[in-house]
Amino acid sequence: MSDYTTELGSLDDYRKGGVHIINDDPRNYVFSNVFEVAGKSAPFERVCVAKNLEYAIEIMRVEGASPWFTAGHDEFALCLDGRIEVELMKHGGDAPEGDGAHALDAEPDGPRMGRIRAGRGHLTLLPAQAAYRFSAEAPSVVLFQTIDGPLTIERWAEICQTGEE
Amino acid sequence: MSAQTAQAAYSASDPDNYTGYRTFQIGGFGFRRDEYFAYVTWPDGSHLMPVDAFLRALVREVAWNFFYGTLNFDDVFGTTNLYGQVELYIGRFNDAYRDNDRDYSETIDSDDLRATFQAMLDDWTNAGYDPFTAPQETAQPFGRKSGRNPEALGRVRVTAKRMVGLPDDAPLRTDESGYPVNRMFADVEQDEPEVEIEPGFENEVQSFNLFAYLSRSDVTWNPSVCSVVKDSLFCPTSEEFILPVEHGNDRVEWFIQLSDEIVWEVKDKHSGDPRAVVTMRAGDVACMPADIRHQGFSPKRSMLLVWENASPAIPEMIAKGEAPIVPVRF
Ligand SMILES: [Fe+2]
Repeated sequence: MSDYTTELGSLDDYRKGGVHIINDDPRNYVFSNVFEVAGKSAPFERVCVAKNLEYAIEIMRVEGASPWFTAGHDEFALCLDGRIEVELMKHGGDAPEGDGAHALDAEPDGPRMGRIRAGRGHLTLLPAQAAYRFSAEAPSVVLFQTIDGPLTIERWAEICQTGEE
Repeated sequence: MSAQTAQAAYSASDPDNYTGYRTFQIGGFGFRRDEYFAYVTWPDGSHLMPVDAFLRALVREVAWNFFYGTLNFDDVFGTTNLYGQVELYIGRFNDAYRDNDRDYSETIDSDDLRATFQAMLDDWTNAGYDPFTAPQETAQPFGRKSGRNPEALGRVRVTAKRMVGLPDDAPLRTDESGYPVNRMFADVEQDEPEVEIEPGFENEVQSFNLFAYLSRSDVTWNPSVCSVVKDSLFCPTSEEFILPVEHGNDRVEWFIQLSDEIVWEVKDKHSGDPRAVVTMRAGDVACMPADIRHQGFSPKRSMLLVWENASPAIPEMIAKGEAPIVPVRF
């Protein structure tokens, strides 16, 4: 038995920290918690929790089967809670215009690239020009390394600490 | 001994008769150590720091090639990366030093300063002491010179081109490759995802257990690039004890706490006055604005995702005052 317990957090069990202000505005720290964000999101929304110029980190609650997505650049998906399945197909159509993830209207027609079954802590490449979709039997949480796009939702005032803890 | 080669930018003395350590000089700055302390000297004075804290900061200066922005060893001494050159300073970001004209700085070519720091590290790090690890994991750095530790100092920082684990990219960590699970992460699941790859897509389909990878890190406070989207770098790292520098980034930086807890002390970048204390637990996300300095304290070894924007356009945006101080206004 290990002498130490590693605390990872989950949708049902997390202990949020916070910003204790001495001489500043808590909004400057854009402080949120991924499990709280996912807990309040509709399935498959891509809620932005971090932004640096055009780059973004999005949180998705995965529950059931998602629509198909694609992007013209690589993205990465880090599973933070639950178990997810990721299906990857080559996207046969034109590359989407602009950065970020885009929803596909129809089933992708390209060849199958692969399938990943991932659990907590597993990091998955979503390669450029692939179509991908997620599914999960129980509510799961995915964090995306991506670029700001048409599906990116910004609701900072709702998710971030704005006053004293 | 003066310069080691005709081209050397620094000079190193003969070993001290008592301590066995050499003294180094580059420009107007001198560096000396004894059994407990490191001393930085400049034409008007001398500043001392505990040698354990000094070596932990120094090894990261070299490994990170001076990183982004300012690395404060304490509230007096540090470096600012000018990307190609480095400003080495005393009291530059300390109101009392500045207001009383006690600050001093010199701008030095990055390669020359890195070579100087590398030579200091090699001379001042004794056998058995590893400044990349947590204090409980290594020998004491104090006392007179006894041996060397080139293996610990020669580590190369992981910088994946696209993603750790892809063919021809940075490798995964295993027992066999010399990366056992750290004692404080013994309970971290080591399962790997099930990955089905259709023929021809071996370079496109990849997934690995990042938490297991981080549980096997043999260093602390050493962000390494694990996945790349253009200039967006995921630099996860394992943290234990204290970040050896107060980092004053020149751009916005983000943290996602992946496990356990880190407390960040945040001070004003220029004056050093306290601004906030940010407690981050598993799942928490926070930004570090571009006008602060931050130092993290991790009571148990923890996993931290550091997210950087490495865009080469940013230094010019900073110079023109166009880089954002905070990433989002709401
Ligand atoms: Fe930092």
